[in-house]
Amino acid sequence: MTVETAVGLAVVWPLLGIPLILLVRRWPNLREAASLVTATSLFAMVTKVILPAVMAGGRPRLDIVEVLPGLQLAFEVEPLGMLFSMVASGLWIVTTLYAIGYMRGHHEENQTRFYVWFALAISGAVGVAFAANVFTLFVFYEAITLSTYPLVTHHGTEAAKKAGRVYLGILMGTSVGLLLFAMVWTYLAAGTTEFQTGGILAGKVGGWQLMVLLALYAFGTGKAALMPFHRWLPAAMVAPTPVSALLHAVAVVKAGVFTVLKVLVYVFGIDLLASTDASRWLTWAAAFTILAASIIALTKDNLKARLAYSTVSQLSYIVLGGALATYAGVLGGGMHIAMHAMGKITLFFCAGAILVGAHKTEISDMDGLGKRMPFTFGAFLLGSLSVIGLPPMGGSWSKWYLMLGALEAEQMFMMAVLMASSLLSIGYLMPVVARGFFRDAPLEHEHEHESDREGSGIREAPLLCVLPPVLTGIGCVVLFFFAEDLYLLLAGMLMP
Amino acid sequence: MTGGEADLLTRVSDDLPALQIAVPLLSAAVCLLVRRPRAAWAVAMIVAWGSFASACVLLSRVLHGGTISYAEGGWQPPWGIELRIDLLNALVLLVVTGICAIVLTASPRSLDQEIWSENHHKFYALYLLCMTGLAGMTITGDAFNIFVFLEISSLSSYALIAQGTTRRALTSSLQYLVMGTIGGTFILLGIGMIYMVTGTLNIADMALQLAAVGPNRTVLVALACIGVGTGIKLAVFPLHIWLPNAYTYAPAIVTAFLAATATKVAYYVLVRFVFSVFGEPLAFGELRLDAVLMPLAIAAMFAGSFVAIFQDDIKRMLAYSSVAQIGYMVLGLSFASVSGLTGGLVHLFNHAIMKSGLFLVMAAVLLRMGSTRLEAFAGLGRRMPITMAAFVVAGLSLIGVPLTVGFVSKWYLVMGALEGGLWPVAVLILLSSLLALVYIWRVIEVAYFRQPPDDAPEIGEAPASMLVPTWVLVGATVFFGVFTSLSVGLASAAARMLLGVEL
Repeated sequence: MTVETAVGLAVVWPLLGIPLILLVRRWPNLREAASLVTATSLFAMVTKVILPAVMAGGRPRLDIVEVLPGLQLAFEVEPLGMLFSMVASGLWIVTTLYAIGYMRGHHEENQTRFYVWFALAISGAVGVAFAANVFTLFVFYEAITLSTYPLVTHHGTEAAKKAGRVYLGILMGTSVGLLLFAMVWTYLAAGTTEFQTGGILAGKVGGWQLMVLLALYAFGTGKAALMPFHRWLPAAMVAPTPVSALLHAVAVVKAGVFTVLKVLVYVFGIDLLASTDASRWLTWAAAFTILAASIIALTKDNLKARLAYSTVSQLSYIVLGGALATYAGVLGGGMHIAMHAMGKITLFFCAGAILVGAHKTEISDMDGLGKRMPFTFGAFLLGSLSVIGLPPMGGSWSKWYLMLGALEAEQMFMMAVLMASSLLSIGYLMPVVARGFFRDAPLEHEHEHESDREGSGIREAPLLCVLPPVLTGIGCVVLFFFAEDLYLLLAGMLMP
Repeated sequence: MTGGEADLLTRVSDDLPALQIAVPLLSAAVCLLVRRPRAAWAVAMIVAWGSFASACVLLSRVLHGGTISYAEGGWQPPWGIELRIDLLNALVLLVVTGICAIVLTASPRSLDQEIWSENHHKFYALYLLCMTGLAGMTITGDAFNIFVFLEISSLSSYALIAQGTTRRALTSSLQYLVMGTIGGTFILLGIGMIYMVTGTLNIADMALQLAAVGPNRTVLVALACIGVGTGIKLAVFPLHIWLPNAYTYAPAIVTAFLAATATKVAYYVLVRFVFSVFGEPLAFGELRLDAVLMPLAIAAMFAGSFVAIFQDDIKRMLAYSSVAQIGYMVLGLSFASVSGLTGGLVHLFNHAIMKSGLFLVMAAVLLRMGSTRLEAFAGLGRRMPITMAAFVVAGLSLIGVPLTVGFVSKWYLVMGALEGGLWPVAVLILLSSLLALVYIWRVIEVAYFRQPPDDAPEIGEAPASMLVPTWVLVGATVFFGVFTSLSVGLASAAARMLLGVEL
C-alpha cells in the first residue's frame, strides 16, 4: 500500500466499518467488536503507514476530483493534520471501549444507530485533518456537523431537540454565513484555496481587509467556540457521555481549532500576520474567551456543563497560540490539541462513569464519592492536573510553549491571562476531587438494607467505564515524556 | 446496414430539432385515442424518454459542431421559421426533457390516487402538449413562435393544474390563467414593438437590426413589456402570487413537473431576450435592468424563504421556497457578469433537479398519508425511511451543503456578487440560504422526533415506481454537486457566449 492510498483509505475507513456494524447489529458484542476493529485498524494505518512518511518530511497527497475550476477535493497530510488524525483515531479506540460500558451500563437505546453516526463523524474528522485546501476542509467540516447532529439528539426528547437546534443553528450559521464567505474571498483574492507553507495571501489582501478576513475565518469556524459563538458546546452536552467525550472534547472541537490554526499558518502565514499585526485583535478575543469561560465554569454545578465551559476556555488557548503568530505559539497551540484532548477526554469519561456508577450529575452531590469510586476519581485527578498544566502532565508542555510564544510576541498580558486561567482551572476542577476524597458522604436515608451494608466498600461503574479513563489518565503522564516527539513532528509545519 | 437505411437515419437525425416538437405534439393526439390509462402512459413514456435522448444528441452535436440552425419547411431564415439550438437552449432543453421523462416515470401510482382513471389518457395528452410547448419555446429561433409555444404550454398547464383533487385547484388554475394571460399579452406586445422597429421576427436577425437602430423609446418599452411578461411567467417577486396556489393544489405529479420546467423556460426566455436580442449594453446600460431586478431578486430570496418558514402545508412551503430560488436565478442574471450569469444558469439546472426531487417526495407522502401537512410527517422518518432520506438529501442541497448542487450555485452567485464589488449582496445570499435551513429542518424534526398519533394509519414505504425516479433526481443532486463539468461547463460557456466574452 502506498502512502497516498493510505491517506485516501484512512478517510473512508470508518465508513467501511459501517456495513460491518449494520451486518452484525443483532449481536451487540460482535457489533462493538466491529467498531473496535475499525478503530484499531484506522489507528494502525495512520501511525504505521502515514506517520513515518510525514516524519521523514513527506507530504503525501491524493487528488480526488476537481469540483469547480481551481477547487479540488484533495488530501495532503502535513504535521498538524497528522497529529490531529492520530489524536482522533487513537482516542476513538478508547472511546469505543468506554461506549460499550457506558451505553450498556446506562441502558441507552438505538445503540446501532449510535455507532454508525459515530463512525461517520470520525470519518469527517480524518477528512478535516487531511484536507489539502480550505474547500476540502469545509466539505468535511460540514460533514462533521451533520453527522454529529443525530448523536447530540440521540435521546429524541424535547430537550435534545432544542439542543439540536442550537447546535445546528450556530454551527451551520457560522460556517455558511462566515466561513463560506471567507473561502470565496480567499479564492477570488489568491486564485486558490490550497494550504501552502508560508500562506497564500501575502501581497493579495492587505490592511483592514486582512483583519476582516481573519475575523470571518475565526468566527466562521463555530466549532472553535470562540465567544460569542460558543453556546452550541454546552448545549451539546445532552448527548450520551461518549459523544461528549470523544466528539465534544476531541474530534468536533479540535476540528474547529485545527481549522483556525491551519488557516492562520497555511493561508495567512505566520510571517504575514506577524508583520501586519492583523491577528493582534484575535489574541484579545481569545483571551476574553479563556477568562470568561473559566469564570462561567466556576458557577456551574452540573459536572458536564462545567467541563464544557472548561473546554470552551481551553480551545481558545489554541486560537491564542496561532494568533500570537510566533513559532513557539503555533507549536504550543498544536501541541495543546493533543494534550488537552487526552486530559479532557479523561474528565468526561469520569463524569460518565460517575453517572453510570452512582447516578450523580451535580458536583454538590458528589461528597465522599471518591472513597466509593477511587479509580474514577484518581483518573479525574490526573486529567485535572493535565488541564491545569502542572508537571509531570502532558498539559504542562503545551502551556510552556504557549507562554514562550507570548513572550516572543512581547505580549506580557497574554502571559498573565494564561497564568490566571491556570488558577481558575484549579478553582473549577479541584473542588470536584476534594469533595470526592475528603468530604464525608451524606447519610443516605432512602438507601436501606443492602446499600448500607456495602456502603463503605468500593463500588465502581462497570469495568469498561472505569478502565478507559484510567488509561487516558495515565496517557496524560506518558505524553509528558513524549513532548519532544511532538515537537519534532510539529516543527515541520513551519519549515518549508 | 444498407446505404438506403443509413441515409434515412442521417435524414431523421438531421430533422431532430423539428421532431423534438412534432413528435410530442402528434403523440398527444395518440394518447387521446388510446384511452386506456397504462397504454397512454406507455405512449407518453416512449415519447418523453425519446425526447430526452434526442435532447442529449442535440447537445452533443452543439458541443462538437457549434450552433444548429434548422429551417422549417426549407424556408431559409430570416424569412422562414428557424429552429436554433446553441449552448444555452441545448442545456435548457436537456433539463426540460429530462425532468419531464423522470417525473412521468413516477406518475402512474400517484395519478391512480388523484385522478379518475377514465381521465388518465387526457392527462397524458395534456402533459405531452405542455412538454411540446416548453420544448418549442426553448428551441425556436423565432420570437413570435415563442409566444405561440408559450400559449400551448400555458393552456395545457392550466388544465393540468385544474385536475387537482380539491376545489381550490379550480380557482388556482383560474388565477394562474388570468395572470398567465396578462403575462403572455405583455410578451406579445413586446415582440410586436420590436417587430415594428426591426421588421423581423427572427431572433438572431432582430439582434442585428436592433443594434443598427440603437436605443429608442419603442425599444425600451418593448424590453419593459417583455421583462414584465416573462416576470409573471417566471414568478419573479412580486409577480409570483399565482405560483404558491398553483403548486399547492395541482396534482403532485404536475407540481413536480411544472416546478422544474415552466419557470425555468420562462427564465430562459428572459435571458434570451435580455442578452441575445437587446444585448447587455442596452439592457443594463440604457435601461438599468439590474437596478430593477436586483432588489426584486433579493426581496424574493428573503420573502419567499421567510413565508416558507410559516407554512403548515409542506407542498406550499416548497412552493414559496421556489419563489426564493427563482430570486437566486434572477439575481445571477442581474449581475450581468460571467460568474453571475453562470450562477443563474447553473441554478436553473440545479434547482430543477432538487425541486422536482422534493416534489416527488411530496407525491410519495401524499400517496401514503393522504396529506402533505406538517402533522402528516410525524414519525415518517421511521415509517418511510427511504422517502424521508431523499427529502433530507435534497433539502441539504437546497440549503447549499458542499458536494451537493446547491453549493455549486451558491458558490457562483457569491463569487458574482464579490466580483461586482457587491459584498452586501454576497452576505444577503448567504443569510437567505440559512432560512432554507430553518424551513427544511422544521420538517426533519417532525419526521424524526415526533411520534405519529395513535390513530395514524398503518403505512409502508412508497412504491418502487416512485422511489426510483425520486432517488435518480436526488442522486443527481449529489452527482452534479461533485462532477460539475456538464452543468457548470455548459452554463459558463453559455454565459460567455451571451456576454460576448472570449472562451
